[in-house]
Amino acid sequence: MEFSVSNKAKTLTIVLIAIGVLFTSIGVAMAVGHDHFKTRFLASGLINGFFFMALGLGALFFLALQYATETGWYASVKRVIEAIAGTLPYGMGFLGVVLLVITFLDGAHIYSWMDPESYTEGSHHYDEIIAGKRPYLNEVFFWIRTVVYFVTYFLFLRGFRKRSLLEDAVGGTELHFKNYKRGALFLVFFAVFSSTSAWDWLMSIDVHWYSTLFGWYTFAGMWCSAMVVLILVTLYLKSLGYLPKVNDSHIHDIGKWIFATSFLWSYLWFSQFMLIWFANIGEEVVYYMNRIENYKLLYFSMFFINFAFPMLILMSRDAKRNVRILTFVGLVILVGHWLDVFIMVSGGSMGPNGSVGFMEIGMALMMAGIFIRLILNNLSKAPLTPVNHPFLDESVHHEI
Amino acid sequence: MADKVLYAMYDDDEVLKDGAKKLVSKGVKINEVFSPFPIHGIDPIIGVKNTRLGIMAFIYGLTGTMLATIGMRYFMIVDWPMNIGGKPNFSYLENMLSFIPITFEFTVLCAAHGMAITYLLRNKTLPGIPAQNPDPRTTDDKFVIEIRMSENDNFSSSDMENMLKDTGLIELDQKDI
Repeated sequence: MEFSVSNKAKTLTIVLIAIGVLFTSIGVAMAVGHDHFKTRFLASGLINGFFFMALGLGALFFLALQYATETGWYASVKRVIEAIAGTLPYGMGFLGVVLLVITFLDGAHIYSWMDPESYTEGSHHYDEIIAGKRPYLNEVFFWIRTVVYFVTYFLFLRGFRKRSLLEDAVGGTELHFKNYKRGALFLVFFAVFSSTSAWDWLMSIDVHWYSTLFGWYTFAGMWCSAMVVLILVTLYLKSLGYLPKVNDSHIHDIGKWIFATSFLWSYLWFSQFMLIWFANIGEEVVYYMNRIENYKLLYFSMFFINFAFPMLILMSRDAKRNVRILTFVGLVILVGHWLDVFIMVSGGSMGPNGSVGFMEIGMALMMAGIFIRLILNNLSKAPLTPVNHPFLDESVHHEI
Repeated sequence: MADKVLYAMYDDDEVLKDGAKKLVSKGVKINEVFSPFPIHGIDPIIGVKNTRLGIMAFIYGLTGTMLATIGMRYFMIVDWPMNIGGKPNFSYLENMLSFIPITFEFTVLCAAHGMAITYLLRNKTLPGIPAQNPDPRTTDDKFVIEIRMSENDNFSSSDMENMLKDTGLIELDQKDI
C-alpha cells in the first residue's frame, strides 16, 4: 500500500518547526551578549546535530544487522527502518555544518584542543596533555576522520536503499546475498567508527578524560533511541491503517528491542560509572565530578528514567503489545536519551553554566519537526511492504 | 473411576496441528499433546493458557535482590566492616555501587534456578519421578494426542475413533484407567 503524508501530519511538523524556531529565537535573544552565548549556541547545535544524526545511524546499523543475520521477522517493517535511516544524510549534513562552524569559528568554545594556545609551547594556556594528544586530536585529522565516517555511512545507506528498491522490481535471492555481504561489511566498519566517532565528536570535549567504554555507551544510547523511533513510526502507521501485515508479534519484538537496548545502555553506563567511582583516580573522576556537581538531579534522574522505566513497565509480555504503554515509555526514554547527549556535551563545554533552556529545547523541537517530515516523506517514496523480500512470507506469518 | 483414553499417534507435528484444529472445531476436548519438542502454536489450538512462569521469575528475582541486599549489608556493614579501597564501610547506601554486581548476579541466579525447579515440579519431570508420556517414542520422533472420553460426553467412542482416523494419524491406541 502506498503511503501519503496526511495534511494533519504536515501541519503538525510545520507547527513543531515554528515553535522550535520561536523557542530558539527566544533563547538566543535571552542569551546574546552573555559571555557564554557562543559556546551555548554551538553546544546546542552539537547536541541536536548528534542526537538526530544518531537516530538515522542507529536505524542504518539495525538494518545492516538484520541483513547480516538474515533475519526474517523484520521484513514487513523494513521500509520503516529504511525511512528512518534515510534521514541520515540530513542528520550528517546538520552535524557537519555544526562541526564546520565550531572549527572555523574558534573551536576552543567546544573543543579546547582546537585552541592554538593549548598546544603551543610557552604560551599562557599551554597544556602538556593536549599537546601530547595533538597527533590524533588536530583539526586536519579530525576532519579527515569525520569525512570518512560520513562518506562510508552514506555509501552503505545508498547501496542498501538502491538494492531494496531494485529487489521490489526484480526479486530473486542474488540481491539478498549481496545485502548479506554488505550488511556484514558495514558492521565491521561500524564497529570501529561508532567508537572513534564518539571519541572525536563527544569525548574530546572533555579533552583530558578518556574512557574505553565511551564509544559503546554512546552507541547503546543511539541504538535504543533508534528502536524507540522505529516503534513510534510503526505504531503511527498502524493507527492510520497502514502496514496490515504487521501484527502484535512484530510490535512485541520491537518492544523487546527497546527493553534489551535500554538494558545494554544502563549496563554500560553503570560499568563506566562504577569502575571510575571505585578506582577514584583524579584524572578519571573529573568527568563525573563535573556532571554531578553541576547536573546532579538531571544526570541521575536521566539514568533512572532510562533504566527503570523500560525495566519496570516493559517487563511484562502484555505491556510490550500495548500501544499506549509503548508510546508512553518510548517518548519518555527518547527524552531521556536526548538528556544523556545534552549532559555529555553540555557538561564538558558549558560546565556550571549549562542548563536546558529555550535554546536547547527549541532546537530539538525544530529538528524533531524536520525529521518527522523527512521520515514520512521517505515512507511515501516506496511501497510500505517490500514486494519481493525473500523472507516476506516468514514475516507475514510471524508469531511468537 | 473408569475412563477410556485414546492415544492418536502422528509422525509429523504439522499434521498433528491440523488434526487438532479439526477436532477442536468439532467440539472435541483434547486433554494433552506429547511431543519430543515444543510445537510452535499448539497452545492456543488445544486451549493451553499462557504460562505464569514469568510472574514467578519476577518473584524469584525479587527474592534474590532482597536476600543479596540483606546478606551483604549484614556481612559487609554490620558484622565485619571492611575497608576496601577507602570506601565508606559504615553505610550501605553510600557504598551501594560496589554491591550492585553481586545483587545482579544473585538476582539472576535465584530467578534462573527458581524457574527451572518450578518448571520441573509443575511438569512432574524432576529426576526420579516416573515418566507420564504414554509411549517412549514421543521422546524421539512421534507425536501423540491424548483424548479422555470422560471429558467428551457428547461423542461415542466409535464416533471419536472415526473422527481421529480422518486426521492422518499413523497409530491409534486406547487404554482404560
